[in-house]
Amino acid sequence: MVDVFRALDDETRRLVLDELSARDGQTLFEICSVLTMRHGLSLTRQAISQHLGVLESAGLVVTERRGRSKFHYFNPEPLAEITGRWPTRKRTEQ
Amino acid sequence: MKIALTSLFVDDQRAALAFYTEVLGFTKRHDIPLGDDFWLTVVSPDSPDGPELLLEPSGHPAVKPYRDALVEDGIPLAQFSVDDIEAEHARLTGKGVVFTQPPTDIGTAVVAVFDDTCGNLIQLIEMKAPDQRADAR
Repeated sequence: MVDVFRALDDETRRLVLDELSARDGQTLFEICSVLTMRHGLSLTRQAISQHLGVLESAGLVVTERRGRSKFHYFNPEPLAEITGRWPTRKRTEQ
Repeated sequence: MKIALTSLFVDDQRAALAFYTEVLGFTKRHDIPLGDDFWLTVVSPDSPDGPELLLEPSGHPAVKPYRDALVEDGIPLAQFSVDDIEAEHARLTGKGVVFTQPPTDIGTAVVAVFDDTCGNLIQLIEMKAPDQRADAR
């Protein structure tokens, strides 16, 4: 769970997850172009690749090869562990 | 100075000629035997005297690792412009062309990426009119 919080503690990585949850299964090229054109981020491809590595080691992104290309998918399961541990519920007045 | 010709490496020149003419709709310009290979170029029917695309044999040992690495990351090696990207996406998908990226709005344009079956990824782009751009609204 430590990896998950560390992975989420970065605006670029949160944007990557936003974009993957909007359209799952993107190549590195597509993620780079969307971050640049939609969000005005001027990161190198290498930097984005490193961000994806952090998300992948936290289990928030999984990759799959299809044909000769590698696609990235959002995996929300680690987030479910957070809400499982601290479920949302209404505050009960004493 | 003008850009007269650019090239793509293709795994099989005859298969590439078929794909670039019959599927994409380009026109053959040059097809000159050169040893075991050909000086093979295509042009757009919209600009027959415009830039030529050389479909170059991919036999050089540097080509495979170079292209494998780019294709893995989804990086296209050429960009073709179209008037209606949704129509082209539907037309090409109907012919069995595989897209690694469906038409995607990037603000000033809509882009998509497909596999040319010859070893390359190609980007299609439809530029938006200035009043249709997200940043103009």
